[in-house]
Amino acid sequence: MANEPVKIGIAELKIASTPTSIITAGLGSCVGVCLWDPIVKIGGMVHIMLPDSKQARNIINKAKYADSGINLLFEELCKNGAQKHRLVAKIAGGAQMFNFPNIKEVMKIGERNVEAVKKELNLHRVNLLAEDIGGNYGRTIEFFTENGQLLIKSIHKGVKII
Amino acid sequence: MKDYLDLNEMQLDALKEISNIGAGNAATSLSIMLGRKIGLSVPKATLAPFAQIVEVVGGAEKEVAGGYLSVDGDTPMGILFLLSRDQVPSFLDLLFGAMITPIVNSQEDFMLNEIQESALKEIVNILAGSYLNALGVFTQHVFIPSVPALAIDMAGAILGEVLQSIGNVSDYALIIENMFCEEKKQISAYFFFLPEPQTLKILLNALGV
Repeated sequence: MANEPVKIGIAELKIASTPTSIITAGLGSCVGVCLWDPIVKIGGMVHIMLPDSKQARNIINKAKYADSGINLLFEELCKNGAQKHRLVAKIAGGAQMFNFPNIKEVMKIGERNVEAVKKELNLHRVNLLAEDIGGNYGRTIEFFTENGQLLIKSIHKGVKII
Repeated sequence: MKDYLDLNEMQLDALKEISNIGAGNAATSLSIMLGRKIGLSVPKATLAPFAQIVEVVGGAEKEVAGGYLSVDGDTPMGILFLLSRDQVPSFLDLLFGAMITPIVNSQEDFMLNEIQESALKEIVNILAGSYLNALGVFTQHVFIPSVPALAIDMAGAILGEVLQSIGNVSDYALIIENMFCEEKKQISAYFFFLPEPQTLKILLNALGV
């Protein structure tokens, strides 16, 4: 029997080890980034809200941004027994919930979030195993530290596992 | 004003009061449009970290229809009109009479057609317009709203996007909430006012608190 899943909200970060899973509900333009070490079966998730911490005025919560959030996730996992070179990634989210006419590039925050996340994962030389991104709908995701699977639920598209 | 956390009790009360004046005006507009009495709740202000603020709208996974518009310029703010998803058909009934109802696939699932979506957006437009007018008169400012956008999905996903512009300047969000209700059909809709930190200063200065 699996333990109670760990829950995170907007701009939060948590790690867990097998058999505990991590859930975040209602990802819109935010991106859920999951990292996992398949040997020690420890994983973590960060619910990223914005692409770039360098544009922020005062950063207290690092988990809010793609760059600082992913950095922090690496740190936390490695502190707790994961090996950086073994970590693999899965991501979901980055939708655009509202469709404004004549939307400016800068407002496409979902796309920009995904871009920033991929850039950061690349910098860390992490293999991005799977993704479920874009669209105009919300997602609830659950990440299983037991097997590295990421379950994605949405209102109209049902359930899938990546 | 650095952040929401610097607000004192009196300033929060003042913000609630101007929201009440705005919402009162919006309720009157809605009432005229629908030809029915629309009640208004006492405003509530919630100041919380992003991870918790979603509880204000009933949890991240609650299915809602959200109409959103923003005011840019030197007084950035967001306005979000939320209606529980299962109340959308009755709300449209009120607008159109029983002649137009959503295309119902099953009891839980339905899609809106273009006219219905557009009608909902227009309602949001009118409500926000009345709200901002009253706010403008009170604070001697002109607030020009963007065109409204509509999404029907998880509350967390909708709110997450609305909070994005606040996310760059704060780890907290301030949401002032008014509830509209129509007794007969038992519809309750929520109107959320999300002033950004720099806007607080202007609003509070205008109010002298």
